Amino acid sequence: MLPTSLTEALKAEVAAAAHPRELVVDVMLALQAQVGYLSDEAVAAAAELLRMTPLEIEELATFYTFIYREPVGRYVIHVCDSVICWMNGADSLAAHLSRRLGIAMGETTPDGLFTLLPVCCIGYCDRSPAILVNQRVYGPLTPESLDALLERLKSRGQETAAAEAVP
Amino acid sequence: MSPTDAPYPQVLFRNRKPDRIATLEEYRQSGGYEALQTALNNLTPQTVRQQILEAMLQGRGGAAFPTGRKLMTVADDAPRPRYLVCNADEMEPGTFKDRVLIHADPHLLIEGMTLTAFAEGACHGVIFIRPEYESAARILERETGVARRAGLLGADILGSGFDFDIVVHRSGGRYICGEGSAQLNALMGRRPNPKQPPPYPTEKGLWGQPTVLQNVETLACVAPIIRNGPEWFKALALTETGAGTKIFCVSGKVRKPGCFELPMGVPLREIIETHAGGMLPGSEFKACLPGGASTRFLPREFYDLPMDFESLRQAGHRLGTGAIMVFDHKTCLVAATLNLMTFFTRESCGWCTPCREGLPYIRDLLERIEDGRGEPEFIAMLQAMAAHLWKAYCAFAPGAASPLESLLTYFEDEVQAHIRLGRCPFRGR
Repeated sequence: MLPTSLTEALKAEVAAAAHPRELVVDVMLALQAQVGYLSDEAVAAAAELLRMTPLEIEELATFYTFIYREPVGRYVIHVCDSVICWMNGADSLAAHLSRRLGIAMGETTPDGLFTLLPVCCIGYCDRSPAILVNQRVYGPLTPESLDALLERLKSRGQETAAAEAVP
Repeated sequence: MSPTDAPYPQVLFRNRKPDRIATLEEYRQSGGYEALQTALNNLTPQTVRQQILEAMLQGRGGAAFPTGRKLMTVADDAPRPRYLVCNADEMEPGTFKDRVLIHADPHLLIEGMTLTAFAEGACHGVIFIRPEYESAARILERETGVARRAGLLGADILGSGFDFDIVVHRSGGRYICGEGSAQLNALMGRRPNPKQPPPYPTEKGLWGQPTVLQNVETLACVAPIIRNGPEWFKALALTETGAGTKIFCVSGKVRKPGCFELPMGVPLREIIETHAGGMLPGSEFKACLPGGASTRFLPREFYDLPMDFESLRQAGHRLGTGAIMVFDHKTCLVAATLNLMTFFTRESCGWCTPCREGLPYIRDLLERIEDGRGEPEFIAMLQAMAAHLWKAYCAFAPGAASPLESLLTYFEDEVQAHIRLGRCPFRGR
């Protein structure tokens, strides 16, 4: 269930907008932030809020790189595979990540911590090879600095999970 | 490079610091918002448009369309409200100048947008920004607030009676959103398909109203032009054909990848050897893409070419965004082009057939050549399919054809070698 506070806040935003439809990406991102991805329930909610059909929402949701229609991990890792990062070893970086996490591109680790996705040029060619973790950039990366980053994320992720488990 | 060791005047990067943005106070101390004050008190919108036109300011997003001319296509009696859209989508591979510019001096963009809106008669401004630039989006949200509280944005700016405000619009992330007409569709919550004119956006754009769309760097040039005059701006360039400065963002096989503000018309050799620190040790310059993935490979014979829009055009090339991606003698350009075609194939919006169907076909042929499964007739097939891309609905497909066509023009030997040897000659070297 989506929290009423969120849907009420979005309703107010939509009511205040001159053209409600201009908010569709914002609404999808806000709903997605609840559970990490845009669930079927969230698609229906976005459609109702914006007086659009679920199909119109679906058309946009599946078009955009940063809207996820399937569950993702706590950390979504986007690995840039465009030309500069490619030239600077993005392939071996991606292979290293796959090995360390035990998943292929497009998959999520069983503990729900990491999702691995390829992405086109992220605009950090001066820090290549670069990746995004939850839209934050890291680079230039080596296998060593990547391992250190994964360790930091793992311990932080487990801490947050533990904190959330406390009633 | 810090502005103090730069040999050339720093206009857009004059307040650039290594680790933080310039504050409103710092921007004002450097003369910021003087142009806005002058324009609102003493100039008419027509005069501002005329000065932008005389300055020969051309769009820095890649198309190089004269900014003054675009503004003049909004008729004086055009309906209101009118919109000004700042394209901060910057999704052209290799390009990161707008990100650096926003992180250096956000008020330069805010003042530029306000002046441009005054010239256009727009009251609504939108900054359309890609999701990878979330930190830049937050800077802009915060600094537009700072400007609003200082009376520099919002209702009755500086007591002049002119109203203009800016909202930051986050994209969901897709290459096609950088295309002007697709961006307007994205802003209206529609699938971002491109749309062919007429009507032009300056007549019927966002929500059917007159809309001017400009790139971040272009808008950042406006306040300096109004403050110092068109002649000053033109004289910043090293060539007669150029005007102003250009932010070149250099990446690839150079020692110091980064953004450098240099005069228009600076030779390619100087950008690479002086400003980007030269080639990496053990690397020799083979070619570069001078302005993103949608421009043509420039081989060594163009090393002394002055880098401005017109000089490149006369040489049969395009300056594009000024994102210079440098390839060395050890890099296989077939593999590099294959990577570019993979990008374009994945990012094609799928709206029209030449792009949607042509790009995977090209990608497949290049992949076979790179893997040593190429046939001599593939070259003619690639040429024919590249020609079809020019029939696509928007300018992005001809852009995608550019690196491929120039690969076949300048590096056909390299392609032939793959086919003849039955393997990539660069592998295992």
